[in-house]
Amino acid sequence: MKYIIETNKLTRRFNGLTAVDSVDLQIKEGELFGLLGPNGAGKTTTLSMLSTILKPTSGTAEVNGFDVNRQQDEVRNSIGIVFQDPSLDDELTAYENLDFHGMIYGMPADKRKQRIKEVIELVDLSEKINMQVKKFSGGMKRRLEIARGLIHHPKVLFLDEPTLGLDPQTRRNIWDHITEMNKSEKVTVVLTTHYMEEADSLCERVAVIDHGKIIALDTPEKLKHSIGGDIISLEADPGLLPHLKKIKNIKKIKNMNGEMNISAEDAEHLIPVIFDVAQKNKLEIHSISLRHPTLEDVFLQLTGKSIREEKAGVLDRFRARIRSRNR
Amino acid sequence: MNKQISGIYILWKREVIRFFRAKSRVIGTLGMPFFFLLILGTGFGPAYQAQSGGGNYMNVLTPGIIGMVLLFSAIFSGIRVLMDREFGFLKEIMVAPLSRTSIMLGITLGGMTTSTIQAILFLGVSLLVGVHLNLYGLPAALLFMFLISASFVALGIAIASKMEDMHGFQLITNFLIMPLFLLSGALFPLENLGAWQFITLLDPLTYGVDGLRGSFINASEMPLWLDFTVLAGFCIACILAGAFLFSQRE
Repeated sequence: MKYIIETNKLTRRFNGLTAVDSVDLQIKEGELFGLLGPNGAGKTTTLSMLSTILKPTSGTAEVNGFDVNRQQDEVRNSIGIVFQDPSLDDELTAYENLDFHGMIYGMPADKRKQRIKEVIELVDLSEKINMQVKKFSGGMKRRLEIARGLIHHPKVLFLDEPTLGLDPQTRRNIWDHITEMNKSEKVTVVLTTHYMEEADSLCERVAVIDHGKIIALDTPEKLKHSIGGDIISLEADPGLLPHLKKIKNIKKIKNMNGEMNISAEDAEHLIPVIFDVAQKNKLEIHSISLRHPTLEDVFLQLTGKSIREEKAGVLDRFRARIRSRNR
Repeated sequence: MNKQISGIYILWKREVIRFFRAKSRVIGTLGMPFFFLLILGTGFGPAYQAQSGGGNYMNVLTPGIIGMVLLFSAIFSGIRVLMDREFGFLKEIMVAPLSRTSIMLGITLGGMTTSTIQAILFLGVSLLVGVHLNLYGLPAALLFMFLISASFVALGIAIASKMEDMHGFQLITNFLIMPLFLLSGALFPLENLGAWQFITLLDPLTYGVDGLRGSFINASEMPLWLDFTVLAGFCIACILAGAFLFSQRE
């Protein structure tokens, strides 16, 4: 197996605070890989080290076979990045922004021209190509940034919170574009996110990161599976409990003052069985609900807390301001 | 190497595109120097004429104002690196496989070009309102314009590399740009300053303005070769400092 990104005990400290703590990652070529974690977990710091913006305090990382410390230019040629905050020149047109990118990566004129056409089509912005970027909506800017990151044929594209601050429709649209370009360009995509559903529906594999450490790494399905299948919540006569315990396929029952939480595989088919049992024994069921586990449940189980909402620090507020100004 | 040159070229081109895109900005930047020339020129003209025994103040003032245009626009275009940092575009430049020195040179060349264009536009305006300049001196004057603008763009980049955000901007305007301008002799001949004259010799813009006057009205207080040498030395120092501080910071 060839890994396009490989880190070994990658660590970064800021004045005594360990933002990234001995991270070992192996990302496969062509993969759509997600780094999932709350704000401040160390996702962006990890990405910054992989893209040579920050130097690791200790440990090593290789991108496309090049060392991020010693072969910076080679790494930079191998990667494209879409930053968390917008980084387009608003005064320039979409075309000029893309052309600028091609030039600072040293692409010859004919290749540049052809490639700009390709990537702009990929993100459906061909008609807006000569429009100044300041007239773009937030979603269009994001798409343009994704296109820009692809111009120089990178092997890896890093996306730092690609849908932060976008509305739900635009977010889905961006997801489609990410999946599409991952396939058509055969580019490895590494994205960070603190949206569970984003990691779940987009990524082939997800690393859950908290306090700078990777606490779980697998496909979203396996991660969800690891916490014990579906959950049926049941409000019913407590007399039902002993009967339920006899049903096959039920893995675990937690009884909390009259509400029973049942963990089971294939819970859809279990519900009729539960009703049968209740009816036969003339026991009443007040309510029943079925829930498939989400990555949120996984995170909850692993850390004992939910992905916390953005604690607005000074920097975040500043960012939000810039963002609203730019979008 | 090719890559560095194409990088420098596109950074230069970006500055030029941005400059011409904002037509109102081009006209706006000409407003202040134009009023300086017209109002100061007519206001102080008679007094100057009486004291100098018949000299034309407008002709003396114009090269000084050209120096002012260059100083202001050059420093501001250097400090604009801060805006690029704040608006994120600098990151896009920084992750490219391009050396820090090339980036700094590209920005410097861009700012130098746009500042010189502004100076030439102002020169045109001044000729229209009846200022008499020796246009045979234009090649020499252009050389001085390039040196002045390159120096101050580089100085602006050096300052921007040391600043966190735009908050210090007022400080730079009041305590650096204004003194540089007022002590350069752009508005009046230096010999009248008396004891202050020593300080004016420490102001690099003094040599720039003097060089421009020498080229345009054949009236410099120092020999042109001296103006040129001092200014060229200052220019090199600024570019080195700018390149160093910029690579350190980003």
